[in-house]
Amino acid sequence: MHGEEALRMENITKVYPNGVIANSDINFSVMKGEIHALSGENGAGKSTLMKMLFGIEQPTRGDIYVNGEKKVISSSAEAISLGIGMVHQHFMLVPSLSVVENMVLGQEPRRGVMLDRKTAKAQAKEVSEKYHLGVPLDAPVYDLSVGQKQKVEILKALLHGAKILILDEPTAVLTPQETQELFIELKNLRDDGYTVIFISHKLNEVRELCDRITIIRHGRTMGVYDVRDVSEREISRLMVGRDVVLHMDRTPTMPGDVVLDVEGLSYWNHYGKQRLNGISLRARRNEVLGVAGVEGNGQAELVDIISGNLSRFQGSVRVLGKEVSGMSIRQVRELGVSYIPEDRMTMGMAGDLSITDNLMADKSYRDRFVGKVGLLDKKSIQEYGAEMVERYQVVCKSPDQPISSLSGGNIQKVVLARELSSNPELVIADQPTRGVDVGASEFIRQELRNLRDQGKCVLLVSSDLNELLGLSDRLIVLCDGGIAAYFADTSEVTEEDLGRFMLGIDRQADEEIAGVRA
Amino acid sequence: MNNKQINLLVDAVKLLLIMVITLAVIAAIIFSVSDDPLNALYNFFVGPFLSMRRIGNIVEGACPLTFTAMAVMLIFKAGQFSMISEGSFFIGTGVAMSISLAVPMPTGLHALVALLGAALAGAFIAFIPAILKKTWDVSEVVTSIMLNYVCEFFVIYLVTYHFKETSSSSLASWELAPTSLLPKIVPGTNIHLGVILALLLCVGCWVLTNRSRFGYQLRLTGSNPSFSHYAGIKETGVMVGAQVIAGTIAGMGGGVELLGMYNRFKWTTSPGFGWTGIVVALLAKDNPLLIPLSACFFSYINTGANIMAMNSDVSNDVAQIIQGVIMMLIVSGALLQRWRQKLVVRAAEKEQAEAAAVSASVEA
Repeated sequence: MHGEEALRMENITKVYPNGVIANSDINFSVMKGEIHALSGENGAGKSTLMKMLFGIEQPTRGDIYVNGEKKVISSSAEAISLGIGMVHQHFMLVPSLSVVENMVLGQEPRRGVMLDRKTAKAQAKEVSEKYHLGVPLDAPVYDLSVGQKQKVEILKALLHGAKILILDEPTAVLTPQETQELFIELKNLRDDGYTVIFISHKLNEVRELCDRITIIRHGRTMGVYDVRDVSEREISRLMVGRDVVLHMDRTPTMPGDVVLDVEGLSYWNHYGKQRLNGISLRARRNEVLGVAGVEGNGQAELVDIISGNLSRFQGSVRVLGKEVSGMSIRQVRELGVSYIPEDRMTMGMAGDLSITDNLMADKSYRDRFVGKVGLLDKKSIQEYGAEMVERYQVVCKSPDQPISSLSGGNIQKVVLARELSSNPELVIADQPTRGVDVGASEFIRQELRNLRDQGKCVLLVSSDLNELLGLSDRLIVLCDGGIAAYFADTSEVTEEDLGRFMLGIDRQADEEIAGVRA
Repeated sequence: MNNKQINLLVDAVKLLLIMVITLAVIAAIIFSVSDDPLNALYNFFVGPFLSMRRIGNIVEGACPLTFTAMAVMLIFKAGQFSMISEGSFFIGTGVAMSISLAVPMPTGLHALVALLGAALAGAFIAFIPAILKKTWDVSEVVTSIMLNYVCEFFVIYLVTYHFKETSSSSLASWELAPTSLLPKIVPGTNIHLGVILALLLCVGCWVLTNRSRFGYQLRLTGSNPSFSHYAGIKETGVMVGAQVIAGTIAGMGGGVELLGMYNRFKWTTSPGFGWTGIVVALLAKDNPLLIPLSACFFSYINTGANIMAMNSDVSNDVAQIIQGVIMMLIVSGALLQRWRQKLVVRAAEKEQAEAAAVSASVEA
């Protein structure tokens, strides 16, 4: 189509030390000057493939050609010198350094042993102007918004001479408006002759932005298509292997008693920065209360406070009428609070331990698992493990295998199983389907819906606005630590509406917002 | 072969390889320094098995290592790197000596009280770095190593100023009260009751880590403290608990060693069983039941080195070199990993092919 091939990966196979075959004979090729989508469920092997391209992992078998030449890429420094740049999902920036310093990091212009600040700034300014990516060059990175950080990452790659840009799920953390902006920038880059590899499983974005798409399933290539020639339905079938229900139905219910009652909640972090600013809300049985917002606007703190993970806040948080302040996490959990954490890898699991051990983490003091003389009742624990694995459809060889050998979606099912099996009254779900494949996501959403129908209260924080609108009965938008908008009915709300409030362009009147505590 | 079997195979071969390399190193050293290397080698390797008494030496030598290695293992399992087993062990010897000499009691009860005192002292010492870490986040590595010196010199002070045998030219205490000594259990050797205690404690330790609720919380905390915290477990409490239990075991080990093997306190510096305990624990691969075997292996090398020193021109410092070599080889994570990777790839692809064949036959 565009003629020259920028990059080709041929018959790539990758077996990880734990025996997982992440890639099996994958072929992947990208032309110069195209935006090429790489799509597949989580655990399909996209990230592994890109890690090998960027020199972080080595293929077990197979060859990589850059500009027609066969190359062995043994480190990311080598990948960069070949003109490959990567924008990671979790930004690789040093928060305390300035934007300029971050951009030149790794290739600093020097005067003697010192950093040549003048040249560094000039270089940074030049790329930033050339590609119309405006960022405050002297600001420390911790002061930037997520969208700005992403721009810094892109500029950094360009400054280091990247001709091929890999973006790993770049829109997961962006608002709709920021996403549109990113797309315009990427299209400009394409028109300037750059090659962009866009990793995503958001099909509408792929359609809007990309020229071609390579679909991967279970570590194998399912085909390469011109995006214009395939429908979203076909893509999703190729990704998942079956038809996925892309729409969500909700049965109307009557909200019941108040479960969660938050009043005048404020919180300052240990840098003295105010993260929550007088939040008041109520959530009831039989409802899902959604929380929208750009990451870092107070969602994490709100959730941590309600679940007992953060203390020293001002205001009051009551669960079923009991004040949470001063309680230990165990006490909060015993009140009937369950918590599906955002970062399941660091907070939601112990990687070396078995699936069963992970399933009983919050229940080690329950009578069911403790036999005579205070020793653990192995039999009862094993039964419980097997029961949970079956009930929550965890795909594994045995409940005794280490949880780290599971795919992201299955790990999340284990987390879900643990949190929901303690018969909670309030379930806090923080990004429950982030990085989880389409099939498992649907399962998780269905479970959350069931909870609501069974009379539980669900507090849902998600950056997937589609999911948020589909699941929530009522919805608030957080911006800058406060509630910027409240919607008593989500059926009429669009993603664009939310975006305005999320970015702080708009804010509802106080009387409207107060409705969330009615 | 599945992953578990592959790991087992690779670990077994690795252990064998470590032994072979170590023995080769020993042979190389001996050949280069000795005038009669064959005699030295014979004494080193075969010497320890030549009499009941010498076999007894192996078992006796393994006993203190078993205690300290158990302590090290518990601390490491909690994800902590306190080196306090060394200090706890030595303070245990000091306290056992003090009780033996200063508090007269009937036979049996005397030994029991002395051992309990030693255990308590060991626990208290181990508690200090643990609680400093918990309350002020002071690195337990630094505080424990510093505290080891405090323990060492405190015990030496006790002996020198309060219990010293004035008629002796070298540093030694009065004769320990016979009522407090541990009885020998195998005639012709010095194997004492403490060996049985060590074995029982190993089983107890296994039950504690693998079958008890505390052990579960310990494994969880050691694997991921943030997760443990999130799940409602007081993870810092678990860490402190593990270190205190470890200190108890090491302290008791100190008491057992003194009352089982000696009739006077004769050390002028700490014998360093806490340090060797680290290597023993590493070789035992996180399994309390393997600790006695691992300790016997090191004790065998020490015994062999001593016999060799007596009967040839090679000094027993060889034992130290060997410990160093073994430690390096054990912690070398990359050893044999390439071979392991090959096995893993082969197994994974075979499984994939089998799965494909099954699904093909189902479709057909």
